[in-house]
Amino acid sequence: MIDTKVDICGIEFKNPVIAASGTFGFGREYEEYFDISKLGGICTKGLTLHKKEGNKGIRIYEVASGLLNSIGLQNPGIDGFIRDELIFMEELDTVILANIGGGTIEEYIEAIIKLNNTNIDIIELNISCPNVKEGGMAFGIKSKIAYEVVKEVRAVCKKPLIVKLSPNAENIVEMAECCVKAGADGLSLVNTFNGMAIDIFSRKPVFENVTAGLSGPCIKPIALRMVYEVARTVDVPIIGIGGIVDYKDAIEFIMAGAYGVQIGSGNFIKPDISLDIICGIETFMEEENIKSLEEIRGIIGRDIMC
Amino acid sequence: MKSGYRKGVIFSNTEIANNIYEMKVKFTEGSNGCKCHLEKDGVSFIYEESCKLGAPGQFYMLKSWDLDPFLSRPISIANIEEDKLVFLYEVKGKGTEIFSKLKIGDNLELLGPLGNGFDLEKATNNRPPSNIAIISGGIGIAPMIFLAKELRGNIDFYCGFRHEVYYIDIIKKYVDNIYISTENGFFGHKGFVTELFVPNKYHLIYTCGPVPMMKKIVEMTKDKIPVFTSMESRMACGIGACLGCTIETKSGMKRVCKEGPVFPGKEVIF
Repeated sequence: MIDTKVDICGIEFKNPVIAASGTFGFGREYEEYFDISKLGGICTKGLTLHKKEGNKGIRIYEVASGLLNSIGLQNPGIDGFIRDELIFMEELDTVILANIGGGTIEEYIEAIIKLNNTNIDIIELNISCPNVKEGGMAFGIKSKIAYEVVKEVRAVCKKPLIVKLSPNAENIVEMAECCVKAGADGLSLVNTFNGMAIDIFSRKPVFENVTAGLSGPCIKPIALRMVYEVARTVDVPIIGIGGIVDYKDAIEFIMAGAYGVQIGSGNFIKPDISLDIICGIETFMEEENIKSLEEIRGIIGRDIMC
Repeated sequence: MKSGYRKGVIFSNTEIANNIYEMKVKFTEGSNGCKCHLEKDGVSFIYEESCKLGAPGQFYMLKSWDLDPFLSRPISIANIEEDKLVFLYEVKGKGTEIFSKLKIGDNLELLGPLGNGFDLEKATNNRPPSNIAIISGGIGIAPMIFLAKELRGNIDFYCGFRHEVYYIDIIKKYVDNIYISTENGFFGHKGFVTELFVPNKYHLIYTCGPVPMMKKIVEMTKDKIPVFTSMESRMACGIGACLGCTIETKSGMKRVCKEGPVFPGKEVIF
């Protein structure tokens, strides 16, 4: 009998497949297409203390094997989320991760305090959004700044705290170590890569912010390498993210050391792609005679270290 | 019909003007005659219903590839012929280029029907029948064909084209009058369709086409006549989750795929 359950930061997930922040709204839109309670977990759209309208102009631009986005954290704010979305999410039989962004440390703290008294299972701290002017990714580039943010958030946060890392960090391993030292219970990586596109006819950048976040299968090999390096260095659970579109991608991340995986851009190519991935993982485990994902988690790191 | 992710097959795919294609698609699963669950007086039963494949102004996300290109393409419903969806598209990029090469029997994946569609109530129940103008520019004609077919009233159809004229004979069957413009004067009025259009005699206006055209029409009506504009945007998910296709409106950012693609013209900030 196979078991796809995983324990991440003391929370039990029925399977390792989690919908990534910003690609899944608050779940409602996908509920029309499949039973979203079959997911291991759902990360909310990135929330900020105050409501945000997001960026103007083009927000989505397709590139080879992926897409650039510059949404700019459009969200209803923490109070709007608690008022309009939380009840729906609480009734789902899946782990809910509230993804929190902010422009200042004070904003993060105030947002987290408001969420402490809700039934949210986990806080996923976004220190890596490339599409907002200040904060966001600025916190995710320099390890020392990230350390300060995570430490202050940790001091007030009563939920398990997962920090979502940017691949644009100066040194991803050092960044991971600093976040763990500051009190992160887990890490999720990676967020989007900073990229850009130019409209050669108007001779202008496609995006008003000039740069935008790159996601999709084109980033998978780099994301996988980063998860592998971080998993070998830190002792906390890691959630792998980056261009996962099938069960093979997911298993690769698990073999590189991830406890769970997040599906982001993949949701755009087929609304219930996560169910295909969950089924694929189950079939793979049966065929390969794997009883628990623990047997293959980080197996690559282990081999090399022996 | 409830929106879903379904497989379809190409029934026909024809170039009807330079770079403009008409594609007819049949579902291979979960199409007409779908099973619907109904609860009445506490009793739940299943009944068969020939489901409509969509309403005028709604669209489908289409793809005929695996991962390259990465995203599906939003294409509006140009018509429904029994169990077939009719799409009209212009070859503009990689995705539509691939569509143009599809042959009869080739497979397609469809997510939809999506979006709000046109508000037909406003037009349909009026006595005496409303005078309605439908105004299209270029490939924006696509959703207006299905709209003209389903609308009831006195309909004048204004369509502007760049060079070539297409789909006129089919539209003629559904409307009272048709007015045509081409930018090069090849057919009908030489110039823009907005030069033909006189707003005053209409109770209701529906439009789809280039943004400057729709903006001009909204300005011409001076808020006195309701205008419904069908907007276009780049889309990723198509179902309202990614917030990638939003446009600016007077009541904030709105998703073209969910609150739209049809918006009251006076709401849109062009």
